[in-house]
Formats: sequence, C-alpha cells, structure tokens
Amino acid sequence: MFVARSIAADHKDLIHDVSYDFHGRRMATCSSDQSVKTHSGSVWRVTWAHPEFGQVLASCSFDRTAAVWEEIVGESNDKQRGLSHWIKRTTLVDSRTSVTDVKFAPKHMGLMLTTCSADGVVRIYEAPDVMNLSQWSLQHEISCKLSCSCISWNPSSSRAHPPMFAVGSDDSNVTYGGKVQIYEYNENTRKYAKAETLMTVTDAVHDIAFAPNLGRSFHVLAIATKDVRIFKLVPMRKESTSTGPTKFEVQIVAQFDNHNSQVWRVSWNITSTLLASSGDDGCVRLWKANYMDNWKCTGILKGDGSPLSGSSGQPTAMSTVVGSSVHTSQNALNGMSAGRYFFPPLDLPRAGTRYGHLLPPSSLIEHCDAEPIQPQQQPLPHRHSSRALLPLPEAEGQ
Amino acid sequence: MEEVDVEPAITNIPAASAGTHLGFAWGPGDILVYETLYKASGAIGSGCPCIHEVRKDEDIYSPILRKLFNESHHIFVGLQTIGEDLPSKNKKPQFVSISKNYRSVIRACMEELQQVAVSSKVADVATQYGNQVSILLAIELIWNLCEVLFIDAAPAGSLLLHLLDWVRLHKADVDEKAREVLQSESPAEHHDYWNVVVSYVLQGRLEEARQMLVKQATLQPAARSMYKLMDTLLSKMPFYNPGGTQTLTEFDVKWRHWHEEVDRCLQDNSFASNKHLEVICKILVGDEDTLLEHKDLLSTWYHFLVTRLLFCHPTVKPTELHYYAQSCLTMFLDSRSVPEPLDSILLAAFEFDIHQVIKDCSIALNNWWFVAHLTDLLDHCKLLQSHNLHFGSNLREFLLLEYASGLFTHHSLWQLAVDYFDHCPEFGRVYLELQIERVPLDTERKALKVLRICEQRQMSEQVRSICKIMAMRALRNNRLGSALSWSIRAKDAAFATLISEKFLQDYCARGTFSDLDLIDNLGPAMLLSDRLTFLGKYREFHKLYGEKRSGEAAKLLLSLMTAKIAPRSFWMTLLTDALPLLEQKEVIFSADQTHELMFCLEELTSLNTTAPGADGPMQDEDTELTKVELLRLALARNLARAIVKEGTVEA
Repeated sequence: MFVARSIAADHKDLIHDVSYDFHGRRMATCSSDQSVKTHSGSVWRVTWAHPEFGQVLASCSFDRTAAVWEEIVGESNDKQRGLSHWIKRTTLVDSRTSVTDVKFAPKHMGLMLTTCSADGVVRIYEAPDVMNLSQWSLQHEISCKLSCSCISWNPSSSRAHPPMFAVGSDDSNVTYGGKVQIYEYNENTRKYAKAETLMTVTDAVHDIAFAPNLGRSFHVLAIATKDVRIFKLVPMRKESTSTGPTKFEVQIVAQFDNHNSQVWRVSWNITSTLLASSGDDGCVRLWKANYMDNWKCTGILKGDGSPLSGSSGQPTAMSTVVGSSVHTSQNALNGMSAGRYFFPPLDLPRAGTRYGHLLPPSSLIEHCDAEPIQPQQQPLPHRHSSRALLPLPEAEGQ
Repeated sequence: MEEVDVEPAITNIPAASAGTHLGFAWGPGDILVYETLYKASGAIGSGCPCIHEVRKDEDIYSPILRKLFNESHHIFVGLQTIGEDLPSKNKKPQFVSISKNYRSVIRACMEELQQVAVSSKVADVATQYGNQVSILLAIELIWNLCEVLFIDAAPAGSLLLHLLDWVRLHKADVDEKAREVLQSESPAEHHDYWNVVVSYVLQGRLEEARQMLVKQATLQPAARSMYKLMDTLLSKMPFYNPGGTQTLTEFDVKWRHWHEEVDRCLQDNSFASNKHLEVICKILVGDEDTLLEHKDLLSTWYHFLVTRLLFCHPTVKPTELHYYAQSCLTMFLDSRSVPEPLDSILLAAFEFDIHQVIKDCSIALNNWWFVAHLTDLLDHCKLLQSHNLHFGSNLREFLLLEYASGLFTHHSLWQLAVDYFDHCPEFGRVYLELQIERVPLDTERKALKVLRICEQRQMSEQVRSICKIMAMRALRNNRLGSALSWSIRAKDAAFATLISEKFLQDYCARGTFSDLDLIDNLGPAMLLSDRLTFLGKYREFHKLYGEKRSGEAAKLLLSLMTAKIAPRSFWMTLLTDALPLLEQKEVIFSADQTHELMFCLEELTSLNTTAPGADGPMQDEDTELTKVELLRLALARNLARAIVKEGTVEA
C-alpha cells in the first residue's frame, strides 16, 4: 500500500466524514468548520445515493436534522463541471435529538433514506417521485429504545431476503443488554419488526456494516465496539405458516482487540474481501480472510507524525481541487456547520518506487546495479511501504 | 517447513500520530484516509483537513508491466479452453508450452524494463525499474523451477538435464565474461580466463570448457599431454539422453566408469603440476570442498546443488531432491544465518510442497499476478488436488479473484479482469457484478462497452442499472433524446413515461419536436409505456399531416382519442390540431368521424365545467372558450358537408 496523493480539503476544521461516490470519482466531505465553534451543528456523516437517482447526497447533523442535496446542472448545454451546483432539496426535521447516522436503502427498494438518532428512533423516508427530491414522506418510525449511533442496510437484493437493517447503540450501560438490533420488513404487516438482538454485544457500538452478500444464504455483519467483531447471521428455516420475522443463528466469525480500545468505524470494500476499521490506537487496520475463512490483520495505516498543514501541503493537489461549497447558502440561514464538496483531480499518480525482496539472481540485475543509483526518499505524497501487503493462505491445520 | 510469520504491513500516512483518529472511506480501488477525532459527544479540534488516497497495487500503473498483464491474459484464456476431453497425459506438452509462454512474456517484460532502467537518467525511475526487474527475475526463476518439477515432472535422468538448463538460464553472466575474455588480445592470459573455464565446468558446459582449454594448451606445449588428458575426460563425460535407446541403468554404469576414471587421475596426481586443471578434476569428481571454494562462481546454493548433483548423483530421483537441496542450502549458507525468502521458496519447491511455494510467494512478492497464474496452471495440471485435497480450485479461485479485483481498479485493465472472473466458477460472477457496476461511465461509449459485457453475460440487473444511470444523467442534463433511448434500453416504463411527458411539454411550449430521428424510429419500443406510445403516434400524425396524407392523419388523430391513448389533458391540443383538417376544401372527416370528434369535445368541455379551475389559469378561460366555439363551428360545418358528400356518393 502506498499513499498515491494527498488532497487538501476545503475545510478549516476537522473532517468528520468522507464519502466516495458510487464510481469512486468524487468525494463528499463534512466537517464542523471554523465558523462553528460549538458542538451543535457538526455534520456527522455524509452519504451518496445510487447514481440511478442522479447525483444526490444526504447528510446528518447534531442540529437534529438530516438533509438531502442534489446537484443541478446549469441550463446551458455546456457540460463543464463548474457550472453545476448543489442545492439543498429538503431538511428532515422529525428528530428531536442529534441525527447520528444517515444511509440510503439498497436501490432495489427505491429512493429511500434512513436516519437514526440519539433518541433511539430509526426513521425511513421515501421519495415517491425521484424527480422531485423536495418531497419525502416518512414511511416508518421505529423505536429502538436505546440511543442509536449507526445503521446499516443489508445490501442483498435476493428475493429470499426481505429488506433488513441493523442498528447499533452507543449506550454504554452494559446492563441494557444487546446493543445491535436487526430489523426486518414484514410483507403482511407492512412494518419493520425486530428479528434479532445480538445479545453478546453489550458495550457501546459506534459503527456497523453489512458485507455485500455475494449470493450467499447468510449475512455477514461487522461491528465496531470495544473491539472489531465479525458476525455471521444464518437465517433459520422458516415454518411456511409462520408470519413472524426470520430468526437467525448468530455466529461470531472473528473478534480482534488490536485497536486496544474503542473502535469507531468499520467498513467493507466492494467485494467484502477487506474490512477496514479505525480505532483509538489512531490506526486504520485492514482485515482479510484467506480462502479458508481465517481472518487476519493484513495491513495497518498509521500517521507518521508529520501532518501536512492545510496551506503548505500539496500545492499541486490543491490547485486541482475545484472548490464549491455545498452548504454555504444554508449556513447563513441556520448557522449550522458546513459540508464541502469538491472534485479530486482525475490524473493518475505515477507508480512509485518499490523495493525488491528477493536477491537478484542473474546478470541482468548486475547490469543494473552497476549504474550509480542512489535510492532516494521520494517527496510526498509518494510514500511507500517497503513491505508487501499480501494476505496469506494458511497452511492446513494451522 | 516453518510458516513465515506475516506481520501486517504498515503504511505511513502523513498525519498526526498521536491523539487523533484516522478516518477512512473505501473507494472502488483505493481507500481515503484523513485525520479526525471520534467522540460520542462531538468533537472540537483543529485537525488537518487533508485527505490521503492510499492505493494497494502500484504495479498496474506501470506502462511496461501492462504488457505483462495483457499478454498473460491471452495465455490464461487459451489455457482455460484446453479441452477437458483430452486425457491428462496428452495435455502435458500443452501445459509445458503454456508455462513457457508465460515465462517468455516475463522475460520480454524484464528485458524492456532493464533497458529503460539502464537508459533512464532519473535515478528514481531507474531504481524503480531495477527493482521490478529483480522481482520479475525471481518470479521467472521460481516459475521455471516449478515448470521442471511440477508441470513437466521430469523423471530421474531428464530431471538433472532440466535443472542444468534452469541454472544456465539464470546464471548467464558466464557468457558475458567469456565474451570479454575471448575478445581480449590474449584470452589465455586474461585474469578471468580460469574463472570462465571453471564456470563452464560448474554448469556442465563441457564443450565450451574444452574450447577454452585449447587456447591455454597451445600456449603450454610442455603440458600438452596433461591438457590432452583433461580434454579426454571432459569429452568422455556421459550425459543422459532421454530420447535415446540407452536405459537409465546403462547410463548409470557408464557414468560410474567415467567417474572412476576421473577419480583415478586425481589419485595418481596426473594434474598435480597444474593447480587449475587439478581444481577442474576435483570438480569433475564432485569434491564438495572444492565446489564450496568456488562459491563466488556458483553464487547461489541452488547452483551448488545442481553442480553437485551433476558430478555426484546424475540419476537423482525427484523424491530425493529435497534431501540434497536441504543439505546444499545448509552447506552453502553456513556463514549467513537466515535464508532469504527466495531460498525458502525454492527449497519448498524442491520438497514438492506446492502449497508452501504458493503461500511463500504470496508473502514475498508484492503482486498477485504470479501466484494467480501459476496456481491456475498447476490446478489445470491437476496438481493441487493431489497435493492437498481440501484446497485446489478453492485456492485457484481465491488468487484469481484477488488478481482480477486488482486489475479492476485500473481505468483500462479492468476489461482483462472480466475474463478472469468468467473463469471463477464460485464467486466470479458475483465479483464481476459488484465490480462492473463501479466502472465509471464517463462517456456514452464507455457505457455501451460496459453494457455489452453485461448483456453478453445476461446480467440483467446491471444492464438495467447502467441504462438507468445514463438515462438519469441525460435527463438531468436536459438531453431528452438520449434519456429516452437509455430508458427504453432499461425497459423502464415509469421513466419513459416521464420523459415522454417532457417531450410533449416541450412540444406544447415550442411547437416542434426535438430528437425526431429517435421518435420516428421507436418501432415496438413504443409499447413500453402508454405515454411513449402516444408520443410516437402523435408524432406519426404530424408526419402524415406534413406529407399531406390528410385522410390517414385524420383517422389516426381520432383514434388517439377514442382508443384512450392520448391523455385527457392533451385532447384540446389534438382537437385544435383537427381544425385545419376540418377547414380543408375537401371533406376529410366522415360524418361518423365528425360525430365522434364532437362527442370528444363535449366530453372534454363537460369535464371542464364540473371541475372548474382545474385546467389552466383564469385569464386563459376566454381564449379557451373561443377555441371551443371555433371547434364547434368547424365541426358543425364539416358534418354538414360530410352528410351532403356521403349522400351524393351513395345516390
């Protein structure tokens, strides 16, 4: 792994969340910017809708609201990116406390947005007309009894799996029992009902993530609590007459306490071959299963103590950032914090140096060595790890 | 063999190392990392608002390695299509030739990299390419050995010949040195002369050694008989000929005779007066101490192994190899404490532990290309199953998926990955589905390319999704024609209705249609949605009218209303369109048709009066009324004319 480039975001303050769009071409960032010194108004999370619904973002904030943003392309046929701008289509004000997470439901369900909040309520909104994003109707309000911190939809679009999401609570009172609840949609009652509570997860949960289903019959769920945990949820055979929610056999697949203390975020890559987690040890850790389903830490990303300052960082990278503030006009109205939206430069980084791990066994390389070459420390952002990041097939019986 | 302990690789991010958290976000091929602070109650802090993009595989961005990926892709695809029906015995030569193809691709790539490395003026670039060369060299070395041991699976006798070729190929500096010596003014007196001769002998290249020796012999007429004796020994050394009639036992007997003869020469001090010739004689007899004295010429323990086998155990069986390999490694490396990863990999190969080879390579080499392709080939040779019942195709698929996923992150190499996924029976399809959705659809052309791949594989959901994305994007950019054709492809009725509606609105506002080509050629696609059908039919009416085919136009116009194809809101427009037809000199609408038109008009006006204000603002009411009056008048007149005309004709 290597740092291909660094980009200075158009924020004056700490970044709270970054979200890549579906195709990995643009990113949205949110922050509690300099203008807002109090806690209130920090934007916790930002997320993209599937591009089938256009260029749509949702954000949630400490100010008890969630917002939906849409990119509007100027009337003229000129397709220059600069002509587009983001406008806030709606503000969802149903929550009476901080909205802690916001997620779009899987696209096969239509354009649906889910929020969860500190008062323990999960809300599911639907945009009945995808061409009119100022209209959202609150379809479901589900009380989870515990302060909610995170939510994740099961991405499976299989007919065998009814819509399902997991919600985590950061309530630290261990006696309140399981902090992860699974809800499932019931076709008959047209309501979401609790299918399962993960009773073994009793500490505060900060993040939760379903893995892409890969056509399997079971589901895989990663949880960020005082450690990283990976669970397998195997649906149990349903009685054909039963109309209740699916029951699951919950198996723990892996549990890692390498972060030493709290784990704050977990997230899967596209094919769920890698799980990344971020924790109090200040590192991002990458977890991977080998083909025998043994999970291992295969990579660590950690700060080297030399932060680039916003201004002196990467002039080249900065110059390519087309800044365009998303929340600007609304900031004036509600005094809330800002998110920024920008386009990363699209040029590819040039490949970096790599260190050989093997003895050069032949004449070819001797030629090469004859050249007076000094390996040089490359300037940022081309930093390199000299180690291979390769997860490994375990030998049998080990 | 002990497992190499894999510590997770650490990547340094230019960010604060203490007191903060690192946030992250996955992208399709990379991960974004930024400094942040997670706290349940919200954070104050002034972190660095920098986002770092961390990539996994940098090899795929190398323009030269790109050829490796491209060409090995062809070989891979070819390998997958080798007939299942052939008995595996007959396939062996094919597998060996495929293995050689892979290696020649590696070699070609290596040479190109080498040239760039040497000619580059930029030290960084030279180092980078140099490093890639050294990795490719190692890969080729390992691959070649695996080919000899596993794929070709040479039996005793041939085995040593293959190993000799392997060592010669990878220790080619002898040839360069020899050229240097021979090009000098007096080769026999060149300081590297004896090194070259000994190197030739060590590699079993006795013909070349003899030719070199001739040069020395002519300079020393006094020692002619001694040189003559050495020449005879060298020329008489038997080599096994796998294609010949001689059996291995016969060869072994012959070889022992020769060995005894060499040993005799050594015992009776035939070469005592010339230390160089004596050294060669000792090598020929396989004297370990003498061999080890030439570590610098052997340079590696595996060269030592092959030389030792050549002069001590030329009929070594595959199963005995590991014993010699282990002892040679120990003898050769006595001063160095820890073997390099390459040593362990080769040793594992000599032990026929394929699984360990693949595993160690995965750890030591910073790329999936090698392990994925080698494992695939070994799996086709049915070698993985026999070695380890639990893995086999599992391992093959695991590695291929990893490699292909890496390729998919590249903006153009992703197309190669598709074929790799196609040949992964268990998860290939799901991976392809997940990955191909993420290919950025920058242009219509690219979208069509991705679409074709999905269509060929009946990935209907992805086909629908791509079309929908393109339709939505076109609509947002006010390109209605493109939006309509994409939504037709997506078979998205609701969206087609929405876009048809926009077309009609546009028409009402401007009086002309855009994207006529598309609408005129809708064909059966028109039936996707009612509104689209109407759009197509309405356009057809305009065409007929434009072509002065009034009768047909009138009939179509009427049917649009009577068959309820036209939305009620559009009826007034349609009736207004009927006006010029009613005003023609010639009677176009028959009496019956006129009746029907009148019925439509009355239906519309009666509806409008029951729901006042529903249709348009107040100020339009006057014009609306005038329009209705005009229509009524025109209809009445037409009816009269039609009755007269129809009566006349029938009379």
